[in-house]
Amino acid sequence: MSDPMRIRAQTQGSGAVVRVLMSHEMETGLRKDAAGKTIPAWHITEVSAALNGKTVLTAQWGTAIAKNPFTEFVVKGAKAGDKISISWVDNHGDRRTDEATVA
Amino acid sequence: MTRSAAVAALLAGAGLLPAHAQSVWAQAAFDGKSIDDVIKGLGIAKPVASADITFTAPDIAENGAVVPISASTALPGVKRIAFLVEKNPTTLAGIFEFTDAVETSVKTRIKMAQTCNVLAVAIMGDGKVLYAQKEVKVTLGGCGG
Amino acid sequence: MTRHALGATLAAAALFALPAMTQAQTSADGIAQYRALLADGNPAELWEAKGELLWKQKRGPKNASLEACDLGKGAGIVKGAFVELPRYFADTKRVQDLESRLLSCVEQVQGFNAAEIAATPFGRGEQVNLEALVAYVAAESRGMKFNLSQAHPEERKMFEAGKRIFYFRGGPYDFSCASCHGEAGKRIRLQDLPDLTKNPGDGVGFAAWPAYRVSSGELWGMQRRLNDCYRQQRFPFPGYASDATIALGTFMGVQGQGAVSIAPSIKR
Repeated sequence: MSDPMRIRAQTQGSGAVVRVLMSHEMETGLRKDAAGKTIPAWHITEVSAALNGKTVLTAQWGTAIAKNPFTEFVVKGAKAGDKISISWVDNHGDRRTDEATVA
Repeated sequence: MTRSAAVAALLAGAGLLPAHAQSVWAQAAFDGKSIDDVIKGLGIAKPVASADITFTAPDIAENGAVVPISASTALPGVKRIAFLVEKNPTTLAGIFEFTDAVETSVKTRIKMAQTCNVLAVAIMGDGKVLYAQKEVKVTLGGCGG
Repeated sequence: MTRHALGATLAAAALFALPAMTQAQTSADGIAQYRALLADGNPAELWEAKGELLWKQKRGPKNASLEACDLGKGAGIVKGAFVELPRYFADTKRVQDLESRLLSCVEQVQGFNAAEIAATPFGRGEQVNLEALVAYVAAESRGMKFNLSQAHPEERKMFEAGKRIFYFRGGPYDFSCASCHGEAGKRIRLQDLPDLTKNPGDGVGFAAWPAYRVSSGELWGMQRRLNDCYRQQRFPFPGYASDATIALGTFMGVQGQGAVSIAPSIKR
């Protein structure tokens, strides 16, 4: 079970800046463990962000997105009280969705 | 069924695939080992350098495992921004797809294996492709080698 | 060598030194820029959030919450506790740093086996939970100035012991902490080394740990930081939350009196 994301959404002008910290190993599949065995790739493949249930941004990620990735984007026309939800899926099929309210 | 097709089916079932299912198709781009490979894999036109794409990255990354980058543009019509790391084992780091509900601007963090050029490639709705790039020096490689 | 030739050689050497110095300026600026770009969105926040949950959660054989734990300012008081550690605790009759005190609490309050946790490698088992608690407690003092007490004789004794240990040379390279951290202006490759014999400044050295270490993608407490220092000196680690490590923390904390804590910070 993955750890929760940290989502901060703050109004800025007529929109809101959304900052997301995700907890994920983002294993490249290039590392070897102490015994010399390759650690298999394990990374987020798809990300989507929604404002009040409507998708506003999506992304496809490879192994070169950093571990515990931080992402920031700006949603237009978001007001205090609006709901931001962020979802991810990884190459194991694990998924997670977390929500935050625009402050 | 190939693994990527299986993942696509999983995502489609979960309602998580973007409207124009790219997942399988982007796999070819993510496997690309050079900028040319990625451009071919994405099936886009050859990118043209443009000052309209603002790309920010540090001059030096203390640790290639985490390199903060950002790209933005005021140009209308940019649908996607892809980040390419020229000398990574696989060049394409990620693709962000923007709806009209967000500004065409994103900050993210990538891994870099070694000093090289990093590119922000902006793909427009009409098929035009623009890019901006910067060389980032890496003092400690970040892919786990 | 004639005086003239020596002068010429020195002048030539100085000329060669100049470009290197200009390069070092740019590198230092470059690294400062890199760190600034990483300042927002520190993955340590993931540990802080987890730590806050763990602090409040009923856990362990005694099924109790750490809200009964006294970190020095009274039971359950977390805010401001970090910047007063290490300090003397009347109930255990010893000077303890944060990790040592958390071990006492998880044992006394929750019934965990402190010795077992101390023997667990970093990043595994209950150590992961301890790391999260360390991050949370440190975060609750972020922006506050270090203010360790030296009022108790045990606190002063630990300071003196810490000073001795700091300057003690040993191991295959005959290194001491002072070999790297004993004066200003030292560096290893591109890493500037803080002078820990005095206050090296807000958010520097002692005032920057615990920290999220990018190179391992994990939260490092002071204990893990010290462990790695000893590893780099090719010296055996004194032991998790041992008196020796607490003494070192006391020395560095007192020398860094008044420095603002930025912990948990982000490090390469």
